[in-house]
Amino acid sequence: MTTAVRVRGLTKRYGDVQAVGGIDLDIDTGEVFAILGPNGAGKSTAVEIMEGYRTRDAGEVSVLGVDPGRPTREWRSRIGVVLQTADDVAEATVRETVRHFAGYYPNAKDPDQVIEQVGLTDKAGKRIRQLSGGQRRRVDVALGVIGSPELLFLDEPTTGFDPEARRQFWELIGGLAHQGTTIVLTTHYLDEAEALADRVAVVAQGRIVAEGDPTTLGGRATAKATVGWSEAGEHRSQETDTPTRTVLELAQRFDGEVPELTVTRPSLEDVYLRLIETPS
Amino acid sequence: MSQTATRAPAPPLVRQPSAIQLGLSRAALETKIFFRERDAVIFTFSFPIVLLLIFGSIFADDLEGTGLNVSQLYVAGLIGSAAMTGFQNLGIGIAMDRDDGTLKRLLGTPLPRSSYFVGRALNTLFISFCQVVILLIIGVALFGLQLPSELSTWLTFVWVFVLGVLGSSLLGIAVSSLPRSGKSASAVIAMPFVVLQFISGVFIPVNQLPAWLVNIASVFPLKWMCQGFRSVFLGDAGATLELTNSYELGRVALVLGAWVVGGLLLCLTTFRWKGRRDG
Repeated sequence: MTTAVRVRGLTKRYGDVQAVGGIDLDIDTGEVFAILGPNGAGKSTAVEIMEGYRTRDAGEVSVLGVDPGRPTREWRSRIGVVLQTADDVAEATVRETVRHFAGYYPNAKDPDQVIEQVGLTDKAGKRIRQLSGGQRRRVDVALGVIGSPELLFLDEPTTGFDPEARRQFWELIGGLAHQGTTIVLTTHYLDEAEALADRVAVVAQGRIVAEGDPTTLGGRATAKATVGWSEAGEHRSQETDTPTRTVLELAQRFDGEVPELTVTRPSLEDVYLRLIETPS
Repeated sequence: MSQTATRAPAPPLVRQPSAIQLGLSRAALETKIFFRERDAVIFTFSFPIVLLLIFGSIFADDLEGTGLNVSQLYVAGLIGSAAMTGFQNLGIGIAMDRDDGTLKRLLGTPLPRSSYFVGRALNTLFISFCQVVILLIIGVALFGLQLPSELSTWLTFVWVFVLGVLGSSLLGIAVSSLPRSGKSASAVIAMPFVVLQFISGVFIPVNQLPAWLVNIASVFPLKWMCQGFRSVFLGDAGATLELTNSYELGRVALVLGAWVVGGLLLCLTTFRWKGRRDG
């Protein structure tokens, strides 16, 4: 595995606000990496520095081996950026827009194939103004991947989506990741991070407060489990380090099926909320 | 999958598309989009036509001792205005591009920045050209405008037009950074343009304006563009209507050329790719 993004000691300040207060990150090639955090945590600032949009105050940043503080055309043609919101090219059709942007890149994919990949083939002749929010976002993704990027940035890609559109969008991103594109995603949806990311970094107050596999984040896999069941018409529960033994004991006691049995670990949300709590 | 990620960037194996070619592609897209916004198209093209019809019909008097009439003066003035459309078109258009995410999106692609401006400039040149052609047709058909018959006069027309469009477009690009948002842009930019039209001899002949207003107008390109177009369409007979009894074509070239250079410097030093909220 090679490193696609390497960040050391990144800081950025706006006036009195320390937006990014010293971030270290390594993102491997081919990985889907999610940066999770509440609004104003500094995740967009950090990502916009990696995308070459913003300058940094201090620290080292290397994206595909290039300092994004000095972006070159060649480097730009190797990355794809899907920004938070855009209402541009409203009067052009989907096909016209994707074809036009394909012309910017030395290694562009076939526009019609990309349109199909994002599921807009039957909307290809429609003007972008006439699309729904979710469909517009698919155009954004199409424009982000048209140049065959090695690395794709997605900034809060599903904000404002209905549940079905989000599922479909996740499948699209999963498909891109499967083809080997490195993906850096910011989101404030935990289920999104869990569904898409190989690794997650939680950012709060401009710092990374936890990093790792979403299933083990913050000691989630080894935390106490809660076993719940129903007995004599009442709900009972027990916190335990050994839920399997508890369930076996219950199974013996009930001689078979345990009524309303549940075994739960702290959800990613529980872990996340604990992580982003302001230290008092 | 790339194995070069942490090392120096891979040498460009494939040639990047040329900046000129991309500029042409931008111009084609901008023009296509422009003609699809039907209300904007109708406004852009009908505005000078309506003004010409109104002013040309109200003031049809002959200009003493010249064999010309006032409406011909308006044709020349409104052609100057049409050539300055770039000021308004770019000032508002770029402010909106900054606001709706166009500029930010382009900044994230390998599109050379110059290609964006080439596209905008060609688009403006095309729109101005269409306006001028329409004005000329109306001028000739309804107001007895004489088209020049000499090649040298047409050459004057071409350089005044090209320098005028370039200078006012650059000025438009520069002022596009002034409005706080795309929504406020048309108000912020249309107002000075209207004032400039009144003091530069588009609607009111310069010899009827107070000297101090003419002095202010002389700083900006529109007054000189109108003067250049009057020399083309009114000919020697109209020179007596000028303040100095001459069209001063040398000065016209000098001022318009200075605006091209100064406008370029102004753009290079003040242009903002990002909106105010993008920090």
